[in-house]
Amino acid sequence: MNVLVISEHNNNEIKESTMHAVAAACKLGNSVDLLVAGFNCSIAATNGAKIEGITRVLLADSEPYENQLAENIAPLIQQIAPEYSYVLMAATTTGKNIIPRAAALVDSQPMSDIISIVNEDTFKRPIYAGNVIATIQSSDKIKFMTVRTTAFESVLKKSSSAPIEAIEESFDLEKSEFVKNDIASSERPELTSARVIISGGRGMLNEQNFKLLEDLADKFGGAVGASRAAVDSGFAPNDMQVGQTGKIVAPDLYIAVGISGAIQHLAGMKESKVIVAINKDPEAPIFKAADYGLVADLFDVIPELEEKLIV
Amino acid sequence: MKVLVSVKRVVDYNVKVSPKDDNSGVNLNNLKMSLNPFCEIAVEEAVRLKEKGVIEEIVVVSIGPQEAQEQIRAALAIGADRAILIKVESDLEIQPLGIAKCLKEVFDQEKPDLVLMGKQSIDGDNNQTGQMFAALANLPQGTFASELTINPTHVTVTREVDGGFQTLRLTLPAVITSDLRLNEPRYASLPNIMKAKKKPIDEITPEELGVDVSPRITVVSVDFPPDRPEGIKVSSVDELLEKLKNEAKVI
Repeated sequence: MNVLVISEHNNNEIKESTMHAVAAACKLGNSVDLLVAGFNCSIAATNGAKIEGITRVLLADSEPYENQLAENIAPLIQQIAPEYSYVLMAATTTGKNIIPRAAALVDSQPMSDIISIVNEDTFKRPIYAGNVIATIQSSDKIKFMTVRTTAFESVLKKSSSAPIEAIEESFDLEKSEFVKNDIASSERPELTSARVIISGGRGMLNEQNFKLLEDLADKFGGAVGASRAAVDSGFAPNDMQVGQTGKIVAPDLYIAVGISGAIQHLAGMKESKVIVAINKDPEAPIFKAADYGLVADLFDVIPELEEKLIV
Repeated sequence: MKVLVSVKRVVDYNVKVSPKDDNSGVNLNNLKMSLNPFCEIAVEEAVRLKEKGVIEEIVVVSIGPQEAQEQIRAALAIGADRAILIKVESDLEIQPLGIAKCLKEVFDQEKPDLVLMGKQSIDGDNNQTGQMFAALANLPQGTFASELTINPTHVTVTREVDGGFQTLRLTLPAVITSDLRLNEPRYASLPNIMKAKKKPIDEITPEELGVDVSPRITVVSVDFPPDRPEGIKVSSVDELLEKLKNEAKVI
């Protein structure tokens, strides 16, 4: 079985999320190609060739592919898809933007957010905000899917390199134009790859109090997240939101502070290895999801935790 | 300008669903049904554009059973002008590819300048239909939109992406899928709910549109996710740190 993984990259490095998609791809077939599409991205292709499990890198280096606009990448995928049984991408916002568009062009019904591979045509995915898990079987010849990065371990780099082949065709729909990115810059690790996440909810009361969580996160070398309630109240920016409509995370340690535990939030973090809940309301639903619950006032215990923590 | 807004009838977001007894699907009997929240945001955005004088007409389209009229009326009560129901048997699950094909036919008939829809429905959580329809209609797409600015030839859209925002400029006609922060939908007023009852809803079927909507994906089973083992309560920060260190071994 031939598998194609569409990479995300910054022209130099392949993003960590793609490594998880490669891991899923390796379970589906023994020949895994990596598409690196972009503009001036040959260094990313060189790095992609060193990913464990990659058979071949396809490099499409052309101006219309800059910023990975779905309108231009999708026809490129359409062109090369017939060689493959599976086309995969990580279930990031970029993956969700591109995969359905490409699948429609080859008349295939894609599968989103795959969390488990049952066999060659059967997969599991969460539906209804993760309240239930559907096992689904695809009858399409070329199966398109996005995979949850938290459900598949990452792959390693190797010392040898897979061959790189250039794709000369260039597609440009000429109907969309990149204007700008406003990406929050932070010294802390990204939410989706952090080993430890400290998240705050409405119980934080205001934006200033998130500083308490930042200090604690820095001591852990971790990231800071927020519930939708905290984001909607203006305590935290939306890119910090963990939940069904925000980021899906699965760190080694997730500490939920002043978060009640709405289904929406649980759907985004319940795959974490160890969950700690700190809340003064003993009835908060978050305690049902937590491995360790501490019923206490967060303004007492967060500073104490930071002080006593030895990492 | 004319805008086409597609909407979907889904289980209300406050309802916790469960698998059927034989695990063949989700038990939908006697559950409260609503307009998908992301679709509601799309309708609201269209109405705001109309109030600003940017567009003149809002056409709502839905694919679903006869009962989907209830959700179409809800969209008309927010302020849409007329509607199209693409009617299917109530037990038939239409998948995004089939929906996208139907929308393509409606798009060709109605020739709108803008197509607005939710980024995903909260039942299947697929997040596919807008992108697939855009591909079939050969239109540019602005997915997960949190802000729109429209001029006679282009739409500038701010998208919620991992780590922040991305801004794109798309040639009209274009497809926009709404994220949560695009706007906060209004509550329909009683006079508008009454007025909505008189607005026209055309009915058509996928067959009449020449679209095969038979599913490509079969649901093998639906189950509850595996339970997490029950946790414990600790009484102090010291006990918590001791457990994290010696029992969970994460610090």
